[in-house]
Amino acid sequence: MASVDTATGGGRGRALLSTSTAVARFVGMVLATLLGLVAVTFVIGRVVPIDPVLAVVGDRASPSVYARVREEMGLHLPLWQQFFIYLGDVLKGDFGRSVLTTKPVVEDIARFFPATIELATLGTLIGTIFGVPLGVLAAVKRGSLIDQVVRVIGLVGYSAPIFWLGLLALLLFYAKLGWAAGPGRLDVVYEYQLKAVTNMVLVDSLLQGNMAVFRNAVSHIVLPAGILGYFSLAYISRMTRSFMLNELAQEYVTTARVKGLSERRVIWRHALRNAAVPLITVIALSYANLLEGSVLTETVFAWPGLGRYITNSLQNADMNAVLGGTLVIGAAFVALNLFSDLLYRLFDPRTRKR
Amino acid sequence: MTIVNDPAAEPGIRGWLTDPEPTSRTQARIGNLYRGWRSFVRNPLAMVGFTIVVLLLLAAAFAPWLATHNPIVGGDLRTQRLLPPGDEFWLGTDDQARDIYSRLVYGSRLTLLVVVLVTVIAMPIGLLVGTVAGYMGGWIDALLMRITDIFLAFPRLVLALAFVAALGPGIENAIIAIAITAWPPYARIARAETLTVRNSDFIAAVQLQGASSGRIIWKHIVPLCLSSVIVRVTLDMAGIILTAAGLGFLGLGAQPPLPEWGAMIASGRRYIVDQWWVATMPGVAIFVVSLGFNLLGDGLRDVLDPKAAK
Repeated sequence: MASVDTATGGGRGRALLSTSTAVARFVGMVLATLLGLVAVTFVIGRVVPIDPVLAVVGDRASPSVYARVREEMGLHLPLWQQFFIYLGDVLKGDFGRSVLTTKPVVEDIARFFPATIELATLGTLIGTIFGVPLGVLAAVKRGSLIDQVVRVIGLVGYSAPIFWLGLLALLLFYAKLGWAAGPGRLDVVYEYQLKAVTNMVLVDSLLQGNMAVFRNAVSHIVLPAGILGYFSLAYISRMTRSFMLNELAQEYVTTARVKGLSERRVIWRHALRNAAVPLITVIALSYANLLEGSVLTETVFAWPGLGRYITNSLQNADMNAVLGGTLVIGAAFVALNLFSDLLYRLFDPRTRKR
Repeated sequence: MTIVNDPAAEPGIRGWLTDPEPTSRTQARIGNLYRGWRSFVRNPLAMVGFTIVVLLLLAAAFAPWLATHNPIVGGDLRTQRLLPPGDEFWLGTDDQARDIYSRLVYGSRLTLLVVVLVTVIAMPIGLLVGTVAGYMGGWIDALLMRITDIFLAFPRLVLALAFVAALGPGIENAIIAIAITAWPPYARIARAETLTVRNSDFIAAVQLQGASSGRIIWKHIVPLCLSSVIVRVTLDMAGIILTAAGLGFLGLGAQPPLPEWGAMIASGRRYIVDQWWVATMPGVAIFVVSLGFNLLGDGLRDVLDPKAAK
């Protein structure tokens, strides 16, 4: 996490000034990171051992045609000029055309990204709803059975390959027990009953009041979201536990107890509220990790999201699509980091003054 | 200073090891290692992790003797394909009639190769960047740390994917891609450690003796950063194994017929419903080894870096 370094300032005016310098520095940092992201995808695009001109004209083209196309693509320009052209294209939202789907990459991303967001959001919700209470209980009853359970959940979450757990879940809950639906987003029968509005099946079916589709979509999303949710839970519960241990050792907790507040109130109202500030950062980070973890999960569950789009394109050497997808996931990652940092500043006055 | 229970009174090798007033630098160093080892051994989970990692090393070293079948060339495709675990094939066979147990044993070499090479590439880069940035300060520090932050802001697996896309699939490129994404946290840690010692008296003393910056960083600062970086690297090893397995699973890491565990899961995926062992067994191997490195890392942290343990 980026540490918050503001100048020491006395008086309100100075503090305000130092906040604005901090914000300026922060924005500069984010811009530099995004620029770096574009630079990395640019470099990757140039070292690919595929000749982009040959990919367009084919290997039968005459040298003059080859030279003309090369010039049209701007490949005769010096590298730094090519980079600025690329940067301009990216800023305009032009990632080129996908060889595989023959559509502009931006359109593909707009179609596939919502499915990933839907999955990652649900996963983070599951992880937060179960992870925070589990972490709090583990911290309060340190060394108890529940603390051990949280420990084991964490260890498994940090050690098990996510795609393997996904396969096992499919084997158990879909093939053997039949409790959940298999890979994909919907059964084929329901596939075309829905108008694509947000491209999130759960949201679309609710908006259109189509409960049959909604139920089917839930039975499909439950496994992949559950797997992602488990990994999110492992991380969030472990972090909640350590934040809470930290808070429970503080003096204000003793004061609250001495005042005669019920233990429940002390834990959930006083300690957890203070632990909530770093927790927000953790939840945002876990969301960012799930966006990434979805690459593997989507492959296992044949989920038509951005992760599967990237890997499919990769296997077909469709570089425009790969780099566009990488840029979008990277930018989402940076945005989430930024978001969590801003929330941190908002909720924790100490980060503003010091 | 009064010592209630003077360990020096203890005779023999243990007394020498725990001597509170060592007579030579070597004795002090070995004594320190011994005390670390003692507290490490007292931690049962850390010992489990240590045992798993030792077993992995042994499996890799003695693979030809441990394996019961050829890991690459399968048996009879008509009669020995997709057999369940049994007497002849302990963990069953895959779709090429190859013994899964033997493939797992040989696969341990690939896993170790990935972990060792990624560490050998990423750790020196991280140490160099972090110590130079911390010691030099000024614009060098600002520049190096911005670059580090940019790399930290990337999603690791996706970046590795993009690099593999550029370099082409294969285990060597997967290793390079993972190493490129692995060094930034080490640089961060090394810089933080450097900042805590940079202004201490012993560094000033060496400076006054006329030592060059390179010598100070290499001889006096790097050794002090090593232990926290090593803890972090050990904790990262599980992540490295999981990323490599993920790349293998997507068909971008080790290529067939290499017995890489992630790729084995991918090839067993088609048979998951009826021949569950083909995809399950390699997953168990990945899980156990990652768990081993995680437990070992936790234990090492408790010994080497008591501040962070809590």
